[in-house]
Amino acid sequence: MTEPKSPAAKEVWITGIGIVSSLGEGLDAHWDALNAKKINVDDKRFAPYIVHPLAPVTFDAQIPKKGDQRQMEAWQRIGTYAAGLALDSAGIKGNKEILGRTDMIVAAGGGERDLAVDLAIMTADAKGNSSPAFLNERLMNDLRPTLFLAQLSNLLAGNIAIVHGVCGTSRTFMGEEAASIDAARIALARISSGQSDIALVGAAHNGERSDLLVLYEFGDFNLKEKYAPVWQREGGSGFALGSAGCFLVLESREHAEARGAKPYAKLTKVVADLAQRKQPGAVTKSLEALWPKLGVAGDSGHLITGATGVEPVTSEEKAFLRQHPGFAVRATGTMFGHTLETQFPLGLALAALSLSRGALFPPNDPTGLEVEKADSPDQIVVVGAGHWQGEGMALVEAVK
Amino acid sequence: MSAPSDKFGRPIVVVTGMGVVTSLGAGKQDNWRKLTAGESGIRTVTRFPIDGLKSTMAGTVDFVTVDPVTSTGLTERLAEMATEEALEQAAIGAKADFPGPLFLAVAPVEVEWPQRLELGRAIGKTEFGYDDMLRVSGGGRFTAYHHRFMFGSVASHLAENFGTKGSPISLSTACASGATAIQLGVEAIRRGDADAALCVATDGSVNPEALVRFSLLSALSTQNDPPQAASKPFSKNRDGFVMAEGAGAMVLESYESATARGAKILGVVAGCGELTDSFHRTRSSPDGKPIIGCMRKTLADAGLEPEQIDHINAHGTATPENDKMEYNTTAVVFGEHLPKIPVSSNKSMVGHTISAAGAVEAVFSLLTLEHQRIPPTINYEIPDPAILFDVVGNTARDARVTAVMSNSFGFGGQNASLILTREPV
Repeated sequence: MTEPKSPAAKEVWITGIGIVSSLGEGLDAHWDALNAKKINVDDKRFAPYIVHPLAPVTFDAQIPKKGDQRQMEAWQRIGTYAAGLALDSAGIKGNKEILGRTDMIVAAGGGERDLAVDLAIMTADAKGNSSPAFLNERLMNDLRPTLFLAQLSNLLAGNIAIVHGVCGTSRTFMGEEAASIDAARIALARISSGQSDIALVGAAHNGERSDLLVLYEFGDFNLKEKYAPVWQREGGSGFALGSAGCFLVLESREHAEARGAKPYAKLTKVVADLAQRKQPGAVTKSLEALWPKLGVAGDSGHLITGATGVEPVTSEEKAFLRQHPGFAVRATGTMFGHTLETQFPLGLALAALSLSRGALFPPNDPTGLEVEKADSPDQIVVVGAGHWQGEGMALVEAVK
Repeated sequence: MSAPSDKFGRPIVVVTGMGVVTSLGAGKQDNWRKLTAGESGIRTVTRFPIDGLKSTMAGTVDFVTVDPVTSTGLTERLAEMATEEALEQAAIGAKADFPGPLFLAVAPVEVEWPQRLELGRAIGKTEFGYDDMLRVSGGGRFTAYHHRFMFGSVASHLAENFGTKGSPISLSTACASGATAIQLGVEAIRRGDADAALCVATDGSVNPEALVRFSLLSALSTQNDPPQAASKPFSKNRDGFVMAEGAGAMVLESYESATARGAKILGVVAGCGELTDSFHRTRSSPDGKPIIGCMRKTLADAGLEPEQIDHINAHGTATPENDKMEYNTTAVVFGEHLPKIPVSSNKSMVGHTISAAGAVEAVFSLLTLEHQRIPPTINYEIPDPAILFDVVGNTARDARVTAVMSNSFGFGGQNASLILTREPV
């Protein structure tokens, strides 16, 4: 691949942020929670598995029609809600002219299954009661017709279009953690090259799902028995699934200035790779190869990572972090749990928020890997290394 | 050919390799022969029991099998076959070393029934809940299913096998996915981020639950007998689409890079366009404005006027709503020129390959340009009097074709169009 040829790459600002998570909703609530080192986990509902449940949210505030809410599964409601917060924050909610040409890239998984229908079929099968027609008949009779639309990956974007009127282009990227790294990367590339002026980028995840726990349990990725911060899981590695939605409004500086919008920060660079994780140290190597592409100034600074807490990737990321000891690290997984596709936008959002407030939020880590850093950041690096594949980084900078 | 940039100063994006698999067969040659002979790949499903289903036919790719049997595994294999064909034709890079990124349109992934039932049987009880399922899920017995049922697994496999560069992108824009994969590749080359891109779209997801899901939305044809006659685009008695499997792959390159290495240029992706419909989850805005806007954006992106399009490869699903809406919107965009544009729907023969359709039909559009012959819309016995397209009905038609518009519309308000030409415009 060649380097971008365009010498006049446009500056891209983050002008809107929407977050809803286990810590609450909106920027002030999250800033306060992070500074209070708040963590919200539920170790009973899915015991022995631990999840970070969504804080109470009044969906009506962003999804006024009950009919729309009913058409969505939880992950779509979370995402549509967070998208609305981001549009509010950017000051473009309801602005048909702008929304009609706003490009959207959503990173998505899929929706929850009808657990009762699944279990009824599975138990009948286990009893030997399933004729060849049994599966077909049960599915035909028992599945809600609209459930499919609540499960389809691209229907989070579809719902955002319907509820908020974001209808320039609509693309849904899939592929766990890497999907949202690429969503940010492509949106940035399109805006900085002039292919787009403004974009809504983000993801949503419902971590309170038995069917997801089963999927990740296949690979022994779930944190069990006792909650521990991300850096302190030597006794039992894993991630605690978290519920969260996070969206960003990205736009060219010219576009933002023309409408008088204020930036939280600028998104300078997003890089990504797919290491073949067959040899020990592959992730460390991949992250090391991405680092010089970011344009980080100096050997000290601030870094927010979406480290999952699963092994071996977390140890490999630690090895990378040890090579950059001047950077104050914060792991979002400790406070938010692992929110898969949402983790990287969350890192970008918290970086932009920190830059706009002139401080990085405090460490929340008994192991000492995370240290206090009082100076006001100019740059924050955001790191994402997926639980099984995909690595990426971004550089978020203060707008001066 | 002309300068390496188009009239807007962007790098011209050309196609130097193509591959295709459908229910008609593997490869361009077999597909083209059957497609222009008006053969149907639709048949009664034999892969699983059809008892109790309302729609019992599909365009399954039965000549490819995978073990263990999963839709995602078949999806992956179909993509691999189409990519191998495209890379062989393009003769680009070295083996397992493709010099650019991968954009993959792929159906959403989830744990499938055979594996779910296997898990249930592993519990060893006849009454159980998710707690019991969780208890047996871990410990290494089902590790392979984690990998298999990750959304990124197909792209990861292709990226490793073909040595594409960077982070591969898996995407879904429902039935427009294949067109979106091509669009992402075009954009990357136009930005100068890449000199070449591998764009693949694949779907092997004909399984009981997938059929049931579309069936419950009343989207599928129920004219099961004979299965080959079920898909009737633009006919008065059409009653829905027929699910199908397939894959399409394209090697895109900048004109400059393709000519520098002496590659044979198969065609040009002259324009791409996309416009979201915010009206409803499954239905188009009654005024058709988003689809009209999508086609106009595509014409503008290519720098072409409506009268310069001389063939439309329609989305043409054969659902009552799609075909009517597609005609109404196309009529607005093309106006008095429309009667002069032959229109055809490949879905009459290969069915609706869902996530793959946009790329499969783009490959067929380029073959149409190459052979100057338009594949027919079969089963066109009772024309819908409200659809006044010049439908290429039942038999292929030789025609002078210089620019093809290929349309894709999907659930979730997804509209995407491509314009493919033989020469740079």
